[in-house]
Amino acid sequence: MPKATFLIWRGDRQAGAFHEHTTEVSEGMVVLDALHQIQAEQANDLAVRWNCKAGKCGSCSAEINGTPRLMCMARMSDLPKDAPITVEPMRAFPPVRDLVSDVSWNFEVKKRIKPFKPRPPDAEDGSWRMAQVDVDRVQEFRKCIECFLCQDVCHVLREHRFHDRFVGPRFLVHVAALEMHPLDTEDRAEEVAKAGGLGYCNITKCCTHVCPENIKITDNAIIPLKERAVDRLYDPIAKALRVLGGRGATRAKT
Amino acid sequence: MSEFPTHKYDVLVVGAGGAGLRAAIEASACGVSVGLVCKSLLGKAHTVMAEGGIAAALATTDDRDDWKVHFADTMRGGQYLNHWRMVELHAKEAPQCVRELEGWGALFDRTADGRILQRHFGGHKYPRLAHVGDRTGLEMIRTLQDHGVHRGIQVHMECTVVTLLTEADRVIGALAYDRDTGRFRLFSARAVVLATGGVGRAYRITSNSWEYTGDGHSLAYHAGAELIDMEFVQFHPTGMVWPPGVRGILVTESVRGEGGVLRNARGERFMFKDIPQLYRDQTAATEEEGWKYTQGDRNSRRPPELLTRDHVARCIVREIKEGRGTPHGGVWLDISWIKEKLADSAAHIQRKLPSMYHQFKQLADIDITKEPMEVGPTTHYIMGGIRVDPETQMSAVRGLFAAGECAAGLHGANRLGGNSLSDLLVFGKRGGQYAAAFAKEHSDGEVSSKQVDESVRGALRLFEAGTASDEESPYRIQSDLQDLMHDLVGIVRTEAELVRAIDEIGRLRARAGRVRVRGHREYNPAWHTALDLSHLLTASESIARAARERRESRGAHFRDDYPANDPASGAVNLVVRKSEDGSMQIRRLSVPEMPEELKRIIKESV
Repeated sequence: MPKATFLIWRGDRQAGAFHEHTTEVSEGMVVLDALHQIQAEQANDLAVRWNCKAGKCGSCSAEINGTPRLMCMARMSDLPKDAPITVEPMRAFPPVRDLVSDVSWNFEVKKRIKPFKPRPPDAEDGSWRMAQVDVDRVQEFRKCIECFLCQDVCHVLREHRFHDRFVGPRFLVHVAALEMHPLDTEDRAEEVAKAGGLGYCNITKCCTHVCPENIKITDNAIIPLKERAVDRLYDPIAKALRVLGGRGATRAKT
Repeated sequence: MSEFPTHKYDVLVVGAGGAGLRAAIEASACGVSVGLVCKSLLGKAHTVMAEGGIAAALATTDDRDDWKVHFADTMRGGQYLNHWRMVELHAKEAPQCVRELEGWGALFDRTADGRILQRHFGGHKYPRLAHVGDRTGLEMIRTLQDHGVHRGIQVHMECTVVTLLTEADRVIGALAYDRDTGRFRLFSARAVVLATGGVGRAYRITSNSWEYTGDGHSLAYHAGAELIDMEFVQFHPTGMVWPPGVRGILVTESVRGEGGVLRNARGERFMFKDIPQLYRDQTAATEEEGWKYTQGDRNSRRPPELLTRDHVARCIVREIKEGRGTPHGGVWLDISWIKEKLADSAAHIQRKLPSMYHQFKQLADIDITKEPMEVGPTTHYIMGGIRVDPETQMSAVRGLFAAGECAAGLHGANRLGGNSLSDLLVFGKRGGQYAAAFAKEHSDGEVSSKQVDESVRGALRLFEAGTASDEESPYRIQSDLQDLMHDLVGIVRTEAELVRAIDEIGRLRARAGRVRVRGHREYNPAWHTALDLSHLLTASESIARAARERRESRGAHFRDDYPANDPASGAVNLVVRKSEDGSMQIRRLSVPEMPEELKRIIKESV
């Protein structure tokens, strides 16, 4: 059976280093399988976060040969065989142990975003009518599995460490999903522009490239949000109308 | 008693899948303080893997549907071992629970007139599953999560419960450890809701992740609760079989709901060869009729691929055993054939089954719009679980509630697809509501330091150096247990194999006593595996013992030595309980008598 060599980052909150491990590779294996094999045979205490092993839960995010990816969807056969494969934790977040990083900041950010607020039901049984075509674009955003790979790759968080003033692509997608939801009546334009740090994104599309769900984060979520924020906050006519007609008056859910 | 960070809640919910989140939301809405602990990060629980949809008689896609038909379908699917009252509550309350989700932001696929679209699924007479493509579980868990985090619920992520703390016949809290630090945490609670999911990790081939080690089953059992229907483990008929690394990953039943067919290596639609008496009148006579049914023709009957999961899984096993399997030991599941029927079939399949398309493309280099998939049964779900009161979800231990997969009663001998998601909502809500009510009526308990210290000592003992010669690895024992359960307590069972299994589980337990873990307490998966192993062994033993005791074949439980239904066995549920001397006892309990009115509904529904 062919073998593969890994350089796995092992360490804790303070320090760490790459450790070399070699293991056998069988057909169809993914990186997560190889790590589990190493864990069972050579390094029992190797810390790896994972769950579904089918690309649906977004737990096993890591950096493979420098690229943020889900370990359960990274096939060994697609990786170069002539050099060791490096695996390290997501670097935009503090390390916990080995391949596990502390992603709790993401959960705190979400709590700060205004929740969904629907219009009153259309029917007596408490249900609504919505056309599939209006639902489609929000469904794209709701495919997000919260793997936080987009957060990891984003230079605003990764290099500049602006975690205190920028919510990151994941939560811009979240805000876009709420803002474009056919039933939602809340207004988050100011919130996302100011506290959310929308302006820090300079649309390099790195997030779109690493999204395992192929969500067009930049084109479909962030750019429309930027346009919306500009309309809402800086368009003098709209602003005047809003003052005259009250908050919700000029706000159409487009 | 050693000092640990301590939290006091009115209601403690263990598990943050659909049932746990729904319970926490409801308890919180009742005005009590709620703590939620989960083994993983929030939003990663197995609910996320549910693909096909939520069963609820909304009647948006077919107006002939109502709760009565759903009730009758669920009872028939469970071969009448279900608790009728849970089935009734479930059928009546599921529609409102689905609408409620929509009010919290869930976006289901729509009908042409803008209502929730429902799809066909095995064992459901009418199209009944509200869905979002084939990622319904993700939609559901994210909706509950995003709603829940604004409700003042305290979430403890990556935190695992080791023991339930009790006082006389009542639960008063739990001891848990944090995954990242390995440090213990003490929870004092007036009521506890277990929503820990299933036991899939007891088997070699499973769609379940590492988390599903029967924690709730075992915690409740050791606290004095009863388990029921443990012999009924659902093997989903279609899991991936190739390549080896992906073996067991689920292939949604929606593939068949959308017109996918099963063929053996000879190209035969073998499901037409064996249609059970119970379903003969409801099954299509020809392939054409089956196709029309999947496309919404109201006058057609379902194709045999949409018979209940237990039956489809057994038919697949038979084809493979008799030499008509595919190269990697499965059968073909083909959706690509619909190109004969639909002009834009490739786009249609990608729209209806996006994650299946993605999964096969990425993991197996298969384009499901062009080629068939290779599939075989995978351990998916356990119908059995903690015996609860059908109204309140309270177990035999006062203050201890259970909801979702770790509870039992709704599904009987076999669960219909789509009924698990609705189960989570209906009984998660009820569990949360009644746990809150219980908490309001009772005061705090007095945590026993002896109980805590013993439990802590037991968990830390794993780090003590053993004698190197007989030291055991937790991974090794778990893997041996998985082989054993798969080979001896799998889809087809016999007395001799079950006796052997019970014996072997005892031996594994002895070996588990010699497990030693190296390294530190921080995020140490070997330690976690060792702790989970004890739950897994308890759950496995109860499955094997109940399977031996049920000397007939019914639903998901098939005995090669007793292949027929036995009416006497069909009138009882098997109840597992820990006896005074610590051994596992089984007793027979008559299936609760159904009111005449409900019997009539079943009779009229054929």
